[in-house]
Amino acid sequence: MKRLVIIGNGMVGQRLVEAVRARDTAAEWSVTVLAEESRPAYDRVKLSAFFDGSSAEDLNLHTPDSGVDLRLGEPALAVDTAARVVTTAAGTYAYDALVFATGSYPFVPPVPGKDLPGVFVYRTLDDLEAIRSYAAGRSVGAVIGGGLLGLEAANAMRLLGLSTHVIEFAPRLMPVQVDEAGGAMLRRYVEDLGVTVHTGTGTTALNAGDDGAVASLSLSDGAVVKADMVIVAAGIRPRDDLARAAGLPVGARGGILVDATCTTEVADVYAVGECAAVDGVCYGLVAPGYAQAEVVADRLLGGAATFPGADMSTKLKLLGVDVASFGDAHGATEGCLDVTFTDPATRVYAKLVLSDDAKTLLGGVLVGDATSYPTLRAGVGLELSAPPLTLLAPAGADVDPGAGLAALPGAAQVCSCNAVTKDQIVSAIHEQGCADVPAIKACTRAGTSCGSCVPMLKQLLTLEGVEQSKALCEHFDHSRQELFDIVRVRNIRSFSALLAEFGRGRGCDICKPAVASILASLNTGYVLEGEQASLQDTNDHFLANIQRNGTYSVVPRIPGGEITPEKLIVIGEVARDFNLYTKITGGQRIDMFGARVEQLPLIWKRLVDAGFESGHAYGKSLRTIKSCVGSTWCRYGVQDSVGLAVALELRYRGLRSPHKLKSAVSGCARECAEARSKDFGIIATDNGWNLYVGGNGGFRPRHADLFATDLTTEELVRTIDRFLIFYIRSADRLQRTAAWIESLDGGLDHLRDVIVHDSLGLCAELDEAMARHVTNYADEWAATLDDPDRLARFVSFVNAPDAPDPSISFTVERGQPVPVADDSAHRQPVLLGMPAVTSEGSLA
Amino acid sequence: MILDVQTFVTICPVDRLEPDRGIAALVDGVQIALFRTSDGEIYAVGNQDPISGAYVMSRGIVGSRGDTPTVASPLHKQVYDLRTGDCLDVPGVHLPAYPVRVTDASVVEVAVH
Repeated sequence: MKRLVIIGNGMVGQRLVEAVRARDTAAEWSVTVLAEESRPAYDRVKLSAFFDGSSAEDLNLHTPDSGVDLRLGEPALAVDTAARVVTTAAGTYAYDALVFATGSYPFVPPVPGKDLPGVFVYRTLDDLEAIRSYAAGRSVGAVIGGGLLGLEAANAMRLLGLSTHVIEFAPRLMPVQVDEAGGAMLRRYVEDLGVTVHTGTGTTALNAGDDGAVASLSLSDGAVVKADMVIVAAGIRPRDDLARAAGLPVGARGGILVDATCTTEVADVYAVGECAAVDGVCYGLVAPGYAQAEVVADRLLGGAATFPGADMSTKLKLLGVDVASFGDAHGATEGCLDVTFTDPATRVYAKLVLSDDAKTLLGGVLVGDATSYPTLRAGVGLELSAPPLTLLAPAGADVDPGAGLAALPGAAQVCSCNAVTKDQIVSAIHEQGCADVPAIKACTRAGTSCGSCVPMLKQLLTLEGVEQSKALCEHFDHSRQELFDIVRVRNIRSFSALLAEFGRGRGCDICKPAVASILASLNTGYVLEGEQASLQDTNDHFLANIQRNGTYSVVPRIPGGEITPEKLIVIGEVARDFNLYTKITGGQRIDMFGARVEQLPLIWKRLVDAGFESGHAYGKSLRTIKSCVGSTWCRYGVQDSVGLAVALELRYRGLRSPHKLKSAVSGCARECAEARSKDFGIIATDNGWNLYVGGNGGFRPRHADLFATDLTTEELVRTIDRFLIFYIRSADRLQRTAAWIESLDGGLDHLRDVIVHDSLGLCAELDEAMARHVTNYADEWAATLDDPDRLARFVSFVNAPDAPDPSISFTVERGQPVPVADDSAHRQPVLLGMPAVTSEGSLA
Repeated sequence: MILDVQTFVTICPVDRLEPDRGIAALVDGVQIALFRTSDGEIYAVGNQDPISGAYVMSRGIVGSRGDTPTVASPLHKQVYDLRTGDCLDVPGVHLPAYPVRVTDASVVEVAVH
């Protein structure tokens, strides 16, 4: 086996590992990665999300791979290309191929005071953690550098609650990406956020205060800016020191010199990413680094790929402002022409750079609205698909967004992050049968990095004739959301009425439960009344969860996981008397398994008499609200998480929804209730509650996003009310909250607009719907036990109501009854008949 | 000459069957699933789900696929033709289908032999 050693585990280094592992099907290479940081690769592009509620885990890019020897916190100290070994503090690593993926380091201008306490750089998660802890209790901060990184750092300071100054040496913000007019528009946005911008001025000194830490900055225009902390974000430099020491040639402006194959002067030694100078050029973006990683992976496995140079186009959302620049954004081409559009009212600035005959698109700048970026960027170098002003017109103008895309040649890159061409996507659609955006993502990687091309993927599907059907099933042409609106607006009360007017056939196992859920959400009546009974899936029909052998499980509600000893004893007695298998669930409840249909009312009679009610574990509905111990008992708790979890669980019990809903409340930031893996999760702060939404995700696990901070209990409950009702009304069938939020145009921001800022004028209606639910709630099991007609449904056989199903038998495992498995013929089945205590079993 | 004799056994009054819903019956040790569709038709098929082996077909959701009246297994949702018992999703899988009739006295009868 040949030995590959990679120095560095940043985004590009990690991509190289994945690319080699994916191609190396014959296991030719063993892979060793020497990483300086103590944590594996993370998404540095999204670093700022760390201040917006994301955790280090959210940014993680690393997936465990037993074929890779990842050595964290073990930086390479020396490279000997003659002996072909790399030395670390822990030992030496011989290699057959070596790749430098050492990235870059932040450039700190040599100003006096740059080493004072309180001066930081903005590069790693460790830097961010240091910034966060230093910022606590301080009020004013300054950022040196008004480029992309500087504005990100400024936003971080804002989010940490500091009033913020940005100092930029150039005459405008983001001088690399935008032109003067774009910079001016950007400045207006930034200043509106309360950030003070100083352009055309440098920092001459950082001055210490009485405590020896930084207290102010002296600027070249004579001004002195007070600042309790300073972040230097003045640019980056390639990390080529290790390579220099090893005698490898570097570029004129730094960077390990490589050719288009990413190979240095020394055979089998490569460099990729920000530390590499490909034919003398360093690229400070992740997409070219990814492309270089793919080139090296291909070469290591015997291929002949070369790096073609990279598109330096960028699209960013900085401080909430769309900023994009693509192609020849600054009009460096001789004789080129500019077409610009400025609207001070909507704060949109756009510029297209055209060839001297005004026919070919060369590049452009967009500030304030970058929706047209993906199509425009893909059209660089091509003849214009429409008059330039039409292309510049912001969203809302009457322009067919698909027209530009149809005119693109097959070789045009639709996804520049992953270098995926239009041809590759079209072929994925036709040859590999990709019928939706997730399939295209899985197949081609397009749309998986920055996501800006996702709208184009949808358009391509349409252009290629793949109908994106919203039809629920063969009986309805409508989506769940449309049916919800129809039922609500037309006040339809039954499935048959809905089917007669808007559907066809008799329905099926897809549309019937979906409509049952809609009716339950709107009428909040007993779900088994009349015709509605025929719509329910077997779980809802028998108010219990069906198991593999046709028996059911019983889960009483235990709000917040809080239960009295008396109730615990009742559960134990019921389980013993009916020979049920018992297990504590993941949601702090007790599940009793193995009940036959005709036993369900007998079991529930005893539970209801003891004060239990339905846990709705059988429904697409609210399940549990988990909690930690909270401030009542825990020495760290800052709020009463149990009390809140109980109150919320009782408020939302019985709420029918497109998918099951789970929640949790943690009493402090230690997060013992794991609230961030829930559809909605609450974490106590010193000042109230932080609300997270859209976690869980099912088979694609996902952490919830921070939605609002430091809410009072009243604000919290109102926000969750609206979130839940809006989800119930507008989500697709079986769509979890995570996927629902992703599917909203505008995502989390849009959701905040709707339910916090009432942008659609819906909030009063949402509040009212929840109030109705809370008022009308009735326990389904109590209602069932009260009605002989309803109880008549619970028989094993219509012609032998008292006969237990003879097919059901159990064996004993770890002292409890479990279904006889198909592969356990050697076991002796034990028939566990009717309840041992029959005297209490009568319901008559 | 062999006569094909069917023996019908009384199950229950027809009103006992909820429209568009099923119920199980036990006839000479054989479990059958009886269904009454909303247009008044009554069907009888085997109650054992051939895929999972559990006796649960009577608890599935009744519906249609095209013009075919159907029931979906409550465990993994495979759909069966109520008239023939043929599985519409998995080739070669069937439920037994039994003759069923309603007498003048509105009583449901099924023949399992």
